[in-house]
Amino acid sequence: MRSLRPLLLALALLPSPRASGLDAAAVEGLGAEDSEEKIAAIRALVREGDPATLGLLKALSEEALAVSGGRVLRLDGERAFDAATGAEVVPAPPDRETVTVNNRVRRELEGAMAALRLLDPDPGVRLTAARELGDADDPELAPLLERALARETQADVRSILSLIAARSNLHSPDPSVRRGAVRALASSSDRAVVGLLQGSLDAAAEPDGGVREEARASLRLVESRLAAADVAGRLFSGISLGSILLLAALGLAITYGVMGVINMAHGELLMVGAYSAYVVQEAFARFFPHATEWYPVAAIPVGFGAAFAVGIAMERTVIRLLYGRPLETLLATWGLSLVLIQCARTFFGPNNVQVPNPSWMSGGIALAAGIVLPSNRIVIIAFSLGVLAVVWILLNRTRLGLFVRAVTQNRAMAGCVGVPTGRVDAMAFGLGAGIAGLGGVALSQIANVGPEMGQGYIVDSFLVVVLGGVGQLAGAVWAALALGVASKFLEASAGAVIAKILLLGIVVVVIRKRPQGLFAPKGRTAEG
Amino acid sequence: MAPRKSLAVRVLESTPRAGWLALGAFSLLFLGVLPALHLFTPAASRLHVSDLVITVGGKIMCYAVVAVALDLVWGYAGILSLGHGLFFALGGYAFGMYLMRSIGHEGVYQSDLPDFMVFLDWKKYPWFWTGTDHFLWALALVLVVPALLAFVFGLFAFSSRVRGVYLSIITQALTYAGMLFFFRNETGFGGNNGFTDFKRVLGFPITAPSTRAVLFMLSAALLGGTLVLGRYLVTSRVGRVLAAIRDEEPRVRFLGYDPLWYKLFVWTLSATLCAAAGALYVPQVGIINPSEMSPANSIEIAIWVAFGGRGTLVGPVLGASLVNLAKSWFTVAFPEVWPFFLGLLFILITLLLPRGVVGLATRLRRPRRPA
Amino acid sequence: MRRPIQASIGALLATALHLAPAPARAEETIKVGVLHSLSGTMAISETALKDVALMTFEEINASGGVLGKKLEPVVVDPASNWPLFAEKARQLITQDKVAVVFGCWTSVSRKSVLPVFKELNGVLFYPVQYEGEELERNVFYTGAAPNQQAIPAVEYLMSKEGGGAKRFFLLGTDYVYPRTTNKILRAFLKSKNVADADIEEVYTPFGHSDYQTIVANIKKFAAGGKTAVISTINGDSNVPFYKELGNAGLKATSVPVVAFSVGEEELRGIDTKPLVGHLAAWNYFMSLKNKDNESFIAKYRAYAKKKGLPNAAKVVTNDPMEATYVGIHMWKQAVEKAGSTDPDKVIAAVGGQTFHAPSGFVLTMDATNHHLHKPVYIGEVRSDGQFSVVWKTKAPVRAQPWSPFIPGNETKQGL
Repeated sequence: MRSLRPLLLALALLPSPRASGLDAAAVEGLGAEDSEEKIAAIRALVREGDPATLGLLKALSEEALAVSGGRVLRLDGERAFDAATGAEVVPAPPDRETVTVNNRVRRELEGAMAALRLLDPDPGVRLTAARELGDADDPELAPLLERALARETQADVRSILSLIAARSNLHSPDPSVRRGAVRALASSSDRAVVGLLQGSLDAAAEPDGGVREEARASLRLVESRLAAADVAGRLFSGISLGSILLLAALGLAITYGVMGVINMAHGELLMVGAYSAYVVQEAFARFFPHATEWYPVAAIPVGFGAAFAVGIAMERTVIRLLYGRPLETLLATWGLSLVLIQCARTFFGPNNVQVPNPSWMSGGIALAAGIVLPSNRIVIIAFSLGVLAVVWILLNRTRLGLFVRAVTQNRAMAGCVGVPTGRVDAMAFGLGAGIAGLGGVALSQIANVGPEMGQGYIVDSFLVVVLGGVGQLAGAVWAALALGVASKFLEASAGAVIAKILLLGIVVVVIRKRPQGLFAPKGRTAEG
Repeated sequence: MAPRKSLAVRVLESTPRAGWLALGAFSLLFLGVLPALHLFTPAASRLHVSDLVITVGGKIMCYAVVAVALDLVWGYAGILSLGHGLFFALGGYAFGMYLMRSIGHEGVYQSDLPDFMVFLDWKKYPWFWTGTDHFLWALALVLVVPALLAFVFGLFAFSSRVRGVYLSIITQALTYAGMLFFFRNETGFGGNNGFTDFKRVLGFPITAPSTRAVLFMLSAALLGGTLVLGRYLVTSRVGRVLAAIRDEEPRVRFLGYDPLWYKLFVWTLSATLCAAAGALYVPQVGIINPSEMSPANSIEIAIWVAFGGRGTLVGPVLGASLVNLAKSWFTVAFPEVWPFFLGLLFILITLLLPRGVVGLATRLRRPRRPA
Repeated sequence: MRRPIQASIGALLATALHLAPAPARAEETIKVGVLHSLSGTMAISETALKDVALMTFEEINASGGVLGKKLEPVVVDPASNWPLFAEKARQLITQDKVAVVFGCWTSVSRKSVLPVFKELNGVLFYPVQYEGEELERNVFYTGAAPNQQAIPAVEYLMSKEGGGAKRFFLLGTDYVYPRTTNKILRAFLKSKNVADADIEEVYTPFGHSDYQTIVANIKKFAAGGKTAVISTINGDSNVPFYKELGNAGLKATSVPVVAFSVGEEELRGIDTKPLVGHLAAWNYFMSLKNKDNESFIAKYRAYAKKKGLPNAAKVVTNDPMEATYVGIHMWKQAVEKAGSTDPDKVIAAVGGQTFHAPSGFVLTMDATNHHLHKPVYIGEVRSDGQFSVVWKTKAPVRAQPWSPFIPGNETKQGL
């Protein structure tokens, strides 16, 4: 962060911000073509210390500044204000050109704004600013950081600042300061610290033996913390993948369990759910723009309903006519999948469509060591648990569920005691389809939504069903989790492709041991 | 007991006379008339058979062999394999290695190694490429490697009594794993590019009309031979046991037969036939690529068999031909919406013609008798 | 009993293929082939190319056609199936007797049709950026070679303006284009004294959609110094990759990602707000402001509306579409110069053709290497899904299909 040095130095030298207006020349520099000039202008403005600077820099980063006739304007909707004086320019000049920023300027802006915010009265703002300064390790920052630390009362901001100060102090000429810095760094969970501490292990770079000892101890602590965080991160990824597999495969497990039907169009039911989410999102954007944040809530019943409808339609028109012939059903549903994909392609176009995450599902929860748990995945895990709960209640506490379980265990006997197997078939198929639709809604938040999206999930869904068996829901859950977690852990060591191949091998081996899956239906048949 | 008839007689008797006549007609047409018209008539003449017909025809005949091979395991032994494309592709790759070696120095980089190894910075052939510049060794690889894989997998799967849908799904898993493995460039089979840009086979230039005609005739011969072999197999004692296994496996076990060896036998045989078809397919099509191993491809093979008529040997030939012709036609006539029509076709066929096209033909041919 | 059926079907097969639609030899039209996947995995990218091609044919026909004859497009769908590409190419040339084919996208599809074009002496215009290492007499390459895309992008990233990257994470899908491009880039980086330890090369399979582990690895790698990610991830997988990047908080200001296969079309399916600042390198962006581009976009939008293409109001144009447009016009000019559609004459006449392209420059088809001289633009993603240009070459760059960074290429240059 070399670029920060002059800024922070400047701030350190300020007793208090001056209350005079913004320097016109510096403001004009913001509108320059050349990045160097822009950066110089930003630094000049920070040096001035005017309280309006932060707002101006924020506008620049949001591309809300424009140049017209050599004058820099700040835009607010359709109105234009002179950036230097703040006076409104009426009428807003039509020939204005937006001031664009590239990565380099944006980086400078972020640093400048973080530095300015470090002295903000609001502790939340200071915390974010401190986090953004995270990887600074310049010794010249020390005076400023000391000053900020001295003023700082908030505990979490203090800890971040002291870590940053420690990093700067690593290069201090005084060995006791260095020792203190190394000891302080032991509590860090920032990956970059590993490199720094390793630098202090080398006798050539670090002459003091005591400091080297401390560095070794600190390094051990930091590395074990990072390793634990890594495992946690991988576990989370695995559970997240497992939850997606569960949503994708649950419907299939129910349909296969009840009817013995291999539905090759299952992936397309996922697609129906995903496209429903897209349509709902578009509808909200057009008709309820103030409520777009909550479109996923509306998309859930729509996705379920659409997939349910498609499933019932499939069942009534094609699958019922092939009752008792599971292999023909496979082929007919393959044809259905082609038709459904083509319908999507014709209706929505062959390209992927954009389903943006609402803001409460964007970003993530930052854990230590740079591990971020993405919010959308957390929500999906929660969602899949919710769906699982609802399905469990349905299967175990309702009449329909009772019939479904009966038919799964022994169709002939169930028929004999009066269970309407035909109707149960239809409802089970619809339910399975609806769950697939819900899976599609979830998928729309993390994956591509396109006509062929379902094709990527068929093999995985089948593997979950085959591995888990159709006796109980638990089978699908355990199988999905196992596959997800195993996949992620294998991937970390062997790479994505080999991991997948190994996983397929493992499934084949497990099936051999338990041909009916992990949770096979109870009872004995001649097939073993 | 009457003395056992000689093999030749038994083979002759397994196919009815009408069948031999048809086979003769087929041979005349495909081993004689069509190649002759391709090679010996001038291009402008109405009678000329274009190279498009020869290459597409050869390709379809290779597909037909695969379909018959699948019918042997599905229609006659009840094993629905959704991964037969793997054996087809492996045979293709094995022969493809020989074809790549035959390019010699004429590749883009003019080196001993195939182009894809050059851009991976490899300096020599990996161990599994040794000997592939010899035609006979490549042929051995074509016939042995897929068969070995099939044998091992079959042993593994059948001895565990995995059946029905579960077996089909793990065959899918097998071909999917194969596809992923071959897509890796490090595996040494050209990754996504596969093998292409062939120049010659056995010294003959690969694009010469005579080479094409010979490959066409070989494909036809393989198809004819497969049908004869299949017919002999299913009418023999082994075939009866297989049919019994298909219909009621537990009972077969109770009667004292071990289904494992019968299933293994027909499974391995089927894989070998697929591999041979794959080896003939690759020089005719000019490219082999891991997407031949995709699960979708293998499902399509099952579609061909079901379309034509499962358990009839001839049905799959019809199925493979008709479906691929339909696809070729649809992709030109309705390039923007052809999957719609193809999908509809599959649905209607499975609903209305449960015994496939052959079933339809037999139904039409047999006059309805009053009850 | 059943054999006769088989024999008769066999005969039917033979005659059907043979007597298949023999085109009525209309003397007033010139047939032109369009060989792009309209279904399957590549449909997402290639359908738009088919639309642009048809639009250009209409435009040419409206202004009088070529040599006084109208162009008649023949569109086929090889369905993202590589053997089918070769078969359809053969069909287009021998059966439909097209004068030229505009098509292909992936290198596999191009490599599978090459033998057909060489054998039948056809003409192919290939509009997509690719890895080079190829130069065929029967093909004209209107997309970028690595020195017109990849190398300038890396140079920009290494420059102060681009962030001064010292470590490079080369992430690609596992096939020839990323492999070859990364090989060239490695050699280039080595020539700029970047150590091997500062380069990491990772490949993912096609359709890979779970990038959590990889993004975590990028974070680890970036801890060792200012890092840039060079992404040759193929089309579809870019969406989950960018989403993961956004969620993990990897901002473009700390770890910029430059992609070579992400354009306006791919961004249509992504929420671009977390991606602001990430880069792409092309020879054309839809956001370029010049007269030729404005009229090109307007024409395409009008065409989309007229034909009722899905989402017609929001259609975008991208580099391969512009390259298709340029290629078709250059072919037309070559035919008019040669006075005939005979392949040999046209091939000789294409070299040297120039055209005012929507990229704002006059593009020239090099006389010896069948590639276009193209300008290079580096753009940053904006929140509206367009690119803002942050760097560009002053003049079009001549293509080097045989990269000087691959040993052994010194002897190959022109045809």
